[in-house]
Amino acid sequence: MKIGLFIPCYVDQFYPNVGIATYELLQKLGCDVSFPMGQTCCGQPMANSGYEHLTKGCDANFIANFANFDYIVCPSGSCVLHVKEHLHDDKNEALATQMRQRVFELTEFITDVLKVEKIPGNFPYKVGLHQSCHGQRGLKLSQMSELNAPYFSKPVQLLSNIEGIDLVSLSRKDECCGFGGTFCVTEEAISVKMGQDRIKDHEKHQVEYITGGDMSCLMHLEGILKREKSPIKIIHIAEILNSSL
Amino acid sequence: MKAKIIEHSEVAAIFNKDVKRVDWHDETLWFVREKRDKAAFQIPEWELLRETASKIKNNVLSNIHKYLVEFETNALKNGVIVHWAADADEHNKIVHSIIENHGVKQMVKSKSMLTEECHLNEYLSEKGIDVIDSDLGERIVQLRKEPPSHIVLPAIHLKKEDVSETFHEHLGTEKGNNDPQYLTEAARMHLRDTFLTRKVALTGVNFAIAETGEIVVCTNEGNADMGVHLADVHIACMGFEKLIPQRKHLGVFLRLLARSATGQPITTFSSHFKTPRDGKEMHIVIVDNGRSTQLGREDFRNSLKCIRCGACMNTCPVYRRSGGHSYHNAVAGPIGSILAPNLDMSKNADLPFASTLCGSCTNVCPVKIDIHDQLYKWRQVLVKEGHSPTAKTIAMKGMATVLANPMVFDLAGKAGRFAMKNIPAVVNNSLNPWYKQREMPAPPEESFREWYKKNGKESKDKRHE
Repeated sequence: MKIGLFIPCYVDQFYPNVGIATYELLQKLGCDVSFPMGQTCCGQPMANSGYEHLTKGCDANFIANFANFDYIVCPSGSCVLHVKEHLHDDKNEALATQMRQRVFELTEFITDVLKVEKIPGNFPYKVGLHQSCHGQRGLKLSQMSELNAPYFSKPVQLLSNIEGIDLVSLSRKDECCGFGGTFCVTEEAISVKMGQDRIKDHEKHQVEYITGGDMSCLMHLEGILKREKSPIKIIHIAEILNSSL
Repeated sequence: MKAKIIEHSEVAAIFNKDVKRVDWHDETLWFVREKRDKAAFQIPEWELLRETASKIKNNVLSNIHKYLVEFETNALKNGVIVHWAADADEHNKIVHSIIENHGVKQMVKSKSMLTEECHLNEYLSEKGIDVIDSDLGERIVQLRKEPPSHIVLPAIHLKKEDVSETFHEHLGTEKGNNDPQYLTEAARMHLRDTFLTRKVALTGVNFAIAETGEIVVCTNEGNADMGVHLADVHIACMGFEKLIPQRKHLGVFLRLLARSATGQPITTFSSHFKTPRDGKEMHIVIVDNGRSTQLGREDFRNSLKCIRCGACMNTCPVYRRSGGHSYHNAVAGPIGSILAPNLDMSKNADLPFASTLCGSCTNVCPVKIDIHDQLYKWRQVLVKEGHSPTAKTIAMKGMATVLANPMVFDLAGKAGRFAMKNIPAVVNNSLNPWYKQREMPAPPEESFREWYKKNGKESKDKRHE
């Protein structure tokens, strides 16, 4: 089983530790994983801004880099959702379709494909989980608070088995942080207010760390936390799961 | 003439200057969302109800030509006068002509978002007709010369202190008396007089039943009934998508509507109007106003399933923090943002971007409109139709080139991180909207790919060779 590691462009550039944690974690879980060096971006920043027609180059590059893997795994719900919904190839749509089905977000890959229910380890901190909307409502990694349906959560399932972790229950379990891609600059006022309000919820529950499956949400929250000189730190879920093994 | 439209982000930024007020607005609407959750979760078959409602509405949209004719035939049989209006202007003219034919200068109106959409009040006021809105929230905003900020809770942007001030000015209530009971009583007395003296009453329509030709109006205040029963003429205005096939389908929608809207099991009044009383007149105005265009847009047609519950607004984290007026459209929030571009793309090109695409709207929608997917699709249409700023297009083209080319991407990344580290002012400045209230991420020594080149499996394999 050959696994292609798909690292979001901004994680590659700004959060290499998240890429390293994901790579090491998958290796420790026994995967044959490699990072195709020619990868760049899934094209989501353009697509969500209304320029999906400009993403053909990104699509072609993505396909060239990942076509030969059995699975494509990525530590981001948002980028995975974009690929799942929008990857196309004019010349070989069958391949693109197949690839859309082979791309997985990290936690769902662990729970659904590797069928690992528990990752042993230790993270003795009070932690708040930020559910990224694309991971949760898009990929359905967790049940959504709006629906009258049974509870489940893939990231919580993994986190709650970590020893010492105190996972708090937030007042608003799955409200958006306001990052929203280019929304974070085009609607700066609302974006920041949404982020500040999310942080307040975590503060109210006295968390030491905010974790999540999407670094983009966490980058936005980190920017606000740092500006507010808050002691709360952000950490990607891959880093917690990897530190434990 | 209408004033120039101020974009959503700009109005939202102004709204956000008063932090306490934004917090209050957010918490008030979140409270309504939570009430909705409680009400919805008490019904084990909630998700099935949503699915059923969605399918009924899909059927309606696919057979609208048939149901409209059936509805008209039955309404005529019931003695109702039926009018067809192609657009807002025709709608307004029809309403005005009915009023004129009865030689009156005053009308009482219960809540109708359609008449807001058509700007009926302004039209009639120019013709010298005095319209009084009888829904309490609508009356408050009408006195303030503001449009409603929410389709179900028109004055939700106002605190009781604001209402007190408005009533003091217009209804002569005691200055500074903020007691809701006192203020409501004052409105009641003021409206009672209106009800007793108006000869023409206009209502909206929540559901129009093709099978029987009757209309159903849902209110909590009973103001629609009060207006209609005391008037000689009832005018009911409806967008053509209000149809449902049969009476038996009504239960599905009544169970969903109030629970989704306010968390009530049902509205206080669900009033059926079928035939005019003896010697009185009943008119129904069926309005298109862009609906058939929307019906023809494959990606957007199912926005016409909307039953105007407002749940998508209450759950929307952007709406809660930007207020209804920032959407500069009769229907605000997520649903407004997918309806408005159909009416006027250039005026409403900003609205589909006033969203993080979080998807909560889609999940609460009682008729399962894929609201956030339609927001995404409208963005594509608006850009293709040329409603995007040139600077943005240039930036996106540049970005697309860099991201399609791994070598350029690698170089650009290195250059960017180098600049951020050594000349932080290139990003940490007032021109960067990110930096205004957020720190930039700290640029690391090396990117992941640089690390991988040294430490990845391939280089290790090589070392072992």
